[in-house]
Parts: sequence; structure tokens; C-alpha cells
Amino acid sequence: MGDAVTHLKTDVLVIGAGGAGMYAAIAAAQHGKQVLLLDKSLIGRGGATIMAQMTVAVAMGEQAPDHWTRHHADTLTAGRGLCDEELAALLCREGPDRIREMDEWGVGWTREDGHLKQVMAPGHDGPRCVFVDFLNTGPAVAKTLRAKIAKTDGIRRVSNLSVTSLVTRDGGVAGAVALDLNSGKPVTIAAGAVVLAAGGLTRLYRRNSASVNMGGESYALALDAGASLIDMEFVQFFPIGHLAPRLVGMDPIMWDPFRYKLGGRLLNGNMEEFIHNYGATDSGTYTAPRDVTAYAIVKEAEAGRGSPNGGAWLSFEHIGEATLRDAFGPVIDRLARNGIDLTTHPVEVAPIAHYHMGGIRVNEQMETEIAGLYAAGEAVGGANGANRLSGNAITEALVFGEVAGRNAAQNPNTPGWQAEWAQNAIGDIARLSNSGDNRSGLEFGALYGELQSLMWEKVGLMRNAPGLAEALSRIREMQAIDLPALHPRDTGAFALGVQEWFDLRAALATAEAITVSALNRTESRGAHQREDMTDTDADQAYNQRIKRNGAHIALDTLPVRRADIEIITSGAAE
Amino acid sequence: MTSVAITVQRGLAGETPRDETFTVPYSEGMSLLDGLIWIRAHADTTLAFRYSCINANSCKECVVSIAGKTEYACTARLTSSAVTVRPLGNKNLIRDLVTDTVPPKEKLGAVTG
Repeated sequence: MGDAVTHLKTDVLVIGAGGAGMYAAIAAAQHGKQVLLLDKSLIGRGGATIMAQMTVAVAMGEQAPDHWTRHHADTLTAGRGLCDEELAALLCREGPDRIREMDEWGVGWTREDGHLKQVMAPGHDGPRCVFVDFLNTGPAVAKTLRAKIAKTDGIRRVSNLSVTSLVTRDGGVAGAVALDLNSGKPVTIAAGAVVLAAGGLTRLYRRNSASVNMGGESYALALDAGASLIDMEFVQFFPIGHLAPRLVGMDPIMWDPFRYKLGGRLLNGNMEEFIHNYGATDSGTYTAPRDVTAYAIVKEAEAGRGSPNGGAWLSFEHIGEATLRDAFGPVIDRLARNGIDLTTHPVEVAPIAHYHMGGIRVNEQMETEIAGLYAAGEAVGGANGANRLSGNAITEALVFGEVAGRNAAQNPNTPGWQAEWAQNAIGDIARLSNSGDNRSGLEFGALYGELQSLMWEKVGLMRNAPGLAEALSRIREMQAIDLPALHPRDTGAFALGVQEWFDLRAALATAEAITVSALNRTESRGAHQREDMTDTDADQAYNQRIKRNGAHIALDTLPVRRADIEIITSGAAE
Repeated sequence: MTSVAITVQRGLAGETPRDETFTVPYSEGMSLLDGLIWIRAHADTTLAFRYSCINANSCKECVVSIAGKTEYACTARLTSSAVTVRPLGNKNLIRDLVTDTVPPKEKLGAVTG
């Protein structure tokens, strides 16, 4: 007999405490339900939200007249024909309400002349993005939501509790099994409804802007529970991630706000502008779409016209110190501590895995095909199609979080539980926690590193059929042979090796879904670029769906959900 | 290749702490967190430490004691000279560099009790 397993019971379980999960918890509690909010890391600290530096796209109409239908039109254009137009409409229509609500809760959006300051961003038809100075949007959003949660009755929250499996019964979700990192022991949770808000997958790529928690857990948990994923081939590579010199203490996406505010010039290794050679304009304006810029930087480097470390130069040398300091204040000092003086030298930038457009398939209530299982935030697929419009990620987190939490609260299921439902998942944790015997000699670090390199080189920015097939074969071999043979050497309190085994399992399941989808999309579109099929094929304007089918995954296609929305161009925001 | 010696305090709560020294490949500009991640991946897969956002200094989870000073591992730059890292002295130890920095209301015990 082992120790009795700790068991918790809640109306609504929210997995992941970034922007989407925290908003979902608040919304569910406000609708009268008991909520349990979990994070593998610390509540409100470990997700992507806190790393966001600047822009939140939303048609507030404060800087200039605007309307959500214009934001919607820009979102669909960026999405290259694949956006779920109803989900995109939800994001754009409800965005302003969430931004006002966050304003009431004290987030501190930057203001100018008595109104919210809104800036231009690539792909938008006017100044639409709100932010918190200086590069403080994500931390301010996370702090505001943490404070709101502390003041909201009915939310229990637990840090360092990592969900390893969802428990389903009769086509519906019944709860979850989690690993308590602090003790190394399993915990079971009975729930009437579950909101999956555990973020994206960019950690799967060697060069990424992810935290350690963005390893595809949302997708793997959903797939395993029987829900569907869509658009998994569309991983967004942010074109101008920091490359050199070495920078610490700042997110590598930081040049994005610099370009929003100051323009800057993107130059190849010969110090010449080049984006115009790839069908877009960029010269000092930062208006070229992300997928075009990423493609252009890679192609210039391939042609021998890259910067010394294989990227492009980004120059603010023409801006002047006073303007730089006015726009970025203390950030200029942080750069100086990294040995970077923008007035005298350009920096090197290159594409970096940044965001995932694809994800869990949901309806407009954020519910999956599994009754009572909802998703929110980056975990959701569909709203952003084949390429995400800049500034939509935080809006999506807040809007979808609220919708998921509200609907999960209205779900009529009452939590029920039988210990045997969790036996397999508890068995996994027990087996991995059993002694430090590692006879296979396999180590997590080497396996995960290999997967990241494989995804970067063969399932990354430039793809082709032989490379994708090779990657898929190795991913499946790792699932069948390496993962079962991997055994942690540490056990007990904060035994990261046990967590890492689950990380690798989730990463491989997610990698398989991306690679199968990428292999099957025989065209280039948005973030999915095939070297062997460079044209966009009008006949492939569909979404690809991935579902588990026994031990394998199955793919089929679905027509894109269209919405008939008239663009309203005159007058101020509603 | 140049290298740097990183000495880390090891041990679980209740054990007598021991110091272990690792030789880590050094490149200019690297952080202490880079060094700890390298140790876990290449030298000792049982080393425990907290981090989430890696090097962005957003999550603030990687706080440790470096030469007696409380610092973030992600912004503390390594130099070519040896460095000693310990868990925070004013928090309860869990394992190696991990201390109990979880706010009281976010603990499992607070919701089960």
C-alpha cells in the first residue's frame, strides 16, 4: 500500500495560469462556480503573457476612428484565407470590452492627450495597438490579473502542480491527474469542466522565444483526451528575433516594439535594404508582413548576403540618442549593460519560433468535441489562420479566456470521481518516481535537444517532403523506442527528471501532429513554406484536422468556417 | 575552449548540504542560468533549480544566492572566474537551489487543508 493520493474536487479546473487561464478563472468564479487554477510554474509568472513586451491589437478607436470589423478584415488578410472567421470575429468584437475591463482593474495602458495611445503595427490599416510603457505590457497584464484573482472569491490556486493527463468518461471530461513538483507525488482532481490554457509549443524549436513551459502540453493533453487539433502546420517564426551580440535579461522579441515606435532599418550583410526584393515594402516603416520578412532574411543569408551570424542587421543608428531615450527610457540602460549602443552599431536579428497559430479545435463557446473540455489562449487553433496578425495574441488570451471561463461555469456537469479512472496516469508517475535506475543511458537533455534541432532544420521555416518524412520517421522512433527507455535519475521533491519525461512525451506528440500536417499540405501558405511547392494552391484553402485514432493519429480536412461580416469604415468605434 | 568553474550547493531539505563543482564551457556574455542549464543537460541530470522564462527576466523565478548576494541567475553574467551558487538563505530549502518561494496561498497544502 502506498500513501493515499491527494484528491481535489472543483466545479471548474483551469490548467495554466497565463493571461488566458487567469481570465478564465476570474470569469468562471464571477459566474458563481468554484474554480481551481493550476500552473506547472508559479501562478501568473510562467506563461507567455508575462513575456509580452508591447502590442495588444484592439479596435478602441481612441487614436483614430476604427471599428472591430476593420480589425477583423486585417486578421483575415494576415491569416491567408484560413482563419476561422467566427473565432476571429469573437476576438476582434470582444477585444475592446476586455481592454476596458483591464483598464478598470488598473493595468495602466499608456495614454496620450487624455486617450489610450494606439500605435501602428504590421498588417493593420491604422494605429490600433495599445501597450504599457516601457516594454511592460505583459508584466502589467499578468500583475493585474494576479491581483484580481486574489480579490475574487471562489478561486483556489496552486503553483508547481503539473497536469500529466486528463481523465475522460463517457465522451466528457471528468478531471485530471497532476504531478506535485514539490513532493514528486501524484494528485487527482475531479472537475465538472476543464479549461486547457497551458499555452503554445515554440519550445519544440531550437531557436525560440519560449519559456520552458511552452512545450505543446495543451495540444498533447487535448489530443490524448480525444479532442481535435487544427492548423498544426502553422508555426509563426518572428522574423527579427535577437541574434547577436549575446543579450540577457530581455526577451529576444524586443526589437519588435523598437520597430513599432522608431521604424529602424533592416539591412542585409552588404548593409543594403532588401525586403522590397521579396514583394513587400519595409524601408523604415515596419509594415512588411511577418511571414514575408522571415522568408526574406533566410533567403538573403542563403544567398551569402547574411550578417556575420547568419541573420540580418537591424539599424537604429540614424535615430539619435534623445529620441531613443524618449521612446524606451530605462530599456536603453539595460541594453548598455549588454554592451549594445544603438547610436553607434546595428544589432543582428534572425527568425525565431514565436507563436503557434494552430491548436485545439473549439466552437464559439471555446468548447472542444469532448463535453466539458474547453480551451483558451494560444492553445486554441483557428482564429489566426496561416499567419497571426501582430498584436492579436494578448487580445486572444483575454477574450478567449473570458469566453471559456464563462461557458465552463455554465456547464451543467457535476464533478464525479472513481479512483480507478486515474490508475494509468498515476501508474506513469509512480513508475518514473521509482528509484534512480537509468540503465538505458538515455538522457532527456540530449533527446530534447535532438528534437529541437530536428524541428528547426526539417519542420521549421523552410520545409520539403524528404526532410519532413525524415523528421516524422525519427519522431515516431523516439516515441516508440527512446521515450519508453528514458528513466529519470532523480526522484522525490523537485525531481525535474520526472517532469521532463512528461515534457518529452508531450513534445513528441505535438511534433508528430505538426509534421504530419506539414507533410500533407502540399503548397506554401503563410507560415508554412514548402521549398518543393512554393505556390499557394487555391484548392487547399481548407483546415487540416488531427485526431487520435488508437495508437496513431489521423488527418482529415475541413472547410474553413466563413462569416458574412460587412466592414464598417466610417465613424468612430461603437 | 575556455571554461568556468561553477560550485553549486546540493542536497535535499534535512540533508547535510554539500558543494559540487562543475566545469562548464564558457562563452562571452553567458548567464549563470545558461551555465546551470548546461550542467543539467550535460553533466548532472539531477541538479534542481527554478526557472521559466529562460533569459528574459520576466518570470523572476530563478532567484538564487551568488557569492552571498541575492540575484537572478538569468541576468547574472558569468566571467571566466569561478563562482559559487547557493539557495536563498531566508527561504525553506526544497532541493539543491530550489527553495520554497511559492506564495502561501498558492501551496497545495493551503487548498487541501
